[in-house]
Amino acid sequence: MKAWLLLPLLLLLALAAQAAEPDARRSGRDTMSGALRTLQADDAQHPAQLALALGQELWAQGAKSCASCHGEPATLRGAAARYPASDQGLIDLPGRIQRCRVRHQQQPAWAPESEPLLALSALVAQQSRGLPLAPPRGAELDAAAARGQRLYTTRIGALNLSCAQCHDERAGLRLGGSLIPQAQVDDYPVYRLEWQSLGSLQRRLRGCLSGVRAKVWDWDSAELLALEVYLARRSTGMAMQPPGVRP
Amino acid sequence: MATRAVITLPVAIKAGEPFEVRATVAHAMETGYRSGDDGARLARDLVRRFECRLDGELVFAADLFAAISANPYLSFWLRANKPAELSFSWRGDNGFSHDETRRLNVA
Amino acid sequence: MKRREFVLAAAALAALPEARATDDALRAAIRAWAGRDPEAGALKIEIAELVENGNAVPVRIAASEPVSGLALFTPLNPEPEVVHASFGAAVARPEFSTRMRLARSQRIVAVARAADGRCWQAGMDVIVTLAACVEP
Repeated sequence: MKAWLLLPLLLLLALAAQAAEPDARRSGRDTMSGALRTLQADDAQHPAQLALALGQELWAQGAKSCASCHGEPATLRGAAARYPASDQGLIDLPGRIQRCRVRHQQQPAWAPESEPLLALSALVAQQSRGLPLAPPRGAELDAAAARGQRLYTTRIGALNLSCAQCHDERAGLRLGGSLIPQAQVDDYPVYRLEWQSLGSLQRRLRGCLSGVRAKVWDWDSAELLALEVYLARRSTGMAMQPPGVRP
Repeated sequence: MATRAVITLPVAIKAGEPFEVRATVAHAMETGYRSGDDGARLARDLVRRFECRLDGELVFAADLFAAISANPYLSFWLRANKPAELSFSWRGDNGFSHDETRRLNVA
Repeated sequence: MKRREFVLAAAALAALPEARATDDALRAAIRAWAGRDPEAGALKIEIAELVENGNAVPVRIAASEPVSGLALFTPLNPEPEVVHASFGAAVARPEFSTRMRLARSQRIVAVARAADGRCWQAGMDVIVTLAACVEP
């Protein structure tokens, strides 16, 4: 074979091999029961509908309302898909909403996981429904993703477990009666039935940390943000369907 | 925080045809069996009664108990022959009280 | 898989310090609402057979004829009553849906009451899996 044919041929083969390999990633949605999938898919009975209605209200509230800069919530379609970001430090979607509130609305920041913050997170995230998760890249984010991956694969806590041991190695198996999900982050914020409320990814991570009896990192800590960056990359390309419902 | 209930109705209703009504009210439905962060028992605090009236006449009512989930959700089917007003009321412990009304667009 | 989960769920009895509704309490609650002990009869109970979380379980109860009321009861929650629904003339279908709490695997009981005083009941077994990691 002519030498100059080899390289394009190899490229073609590599592309073909990549295309042939199926995406083994499954959203937590797909491993839930039909009843819970219906709860998430039907806006008229979604458990987060009250929060979304509150979000709509808050969006338009006040002299310097979100609406006064952004117009309709739909103008933010695509925004939630591009978090976490790097902008004067690492920032996730709730963090961005808080920053807007403090800097542009001159209001005091909300407490973490407060009802209005979750309501607006749900409203903004909902605008990106159906879009693929597309977190940005760059030097700071790449470094954070590497840190996040190290945290993800390190054993922690009195139970001495790493995230990877459950969510990579044992996803699809059962812990007690519960199915272990892959821990994709496509549907946040989620209405978790266990919480009886909406909650952020950081809340879920903190819950896991206490579940393995590890030190629970603070809200917006470097560790939690690094994990969020890594997890968003791990779920890159998956279609978002926020707000989610999970058991 | 003013959003206290969400009601879902069809946009257009045909006279005499069944239509689904879905109503959710914001309420923790505290059972009285849970403990707070400080270990103290959280007192029972429930929505007790839901009523739906069509032009003032009671058409659907429910007595709710602790086994109803937080943010109580109810769905039921009604029939209307002409444009009418649907009113919804929730009453519960500690003076909980919430009302909503909706015009029915019946053709 | 279902049997194993049932055994796990049954074995891992949630430590509820409160009294559980006994069969007597269940019968008394049904009698209080229906006016008597209902006979067995046809009622549709739509609920997932295997529930991932007992905090919010969608359930639909439907009768096949007009009723004046439908009610739902649980034998193994702390209390037997869940909801009592009553229907007026403008109700188009003898059914309603809600979301209920289930403390553990059990056989939920739906009861119907007709305008002429007849009442009947039906049951449905539901398996509730308990959360593996419970947050503080």
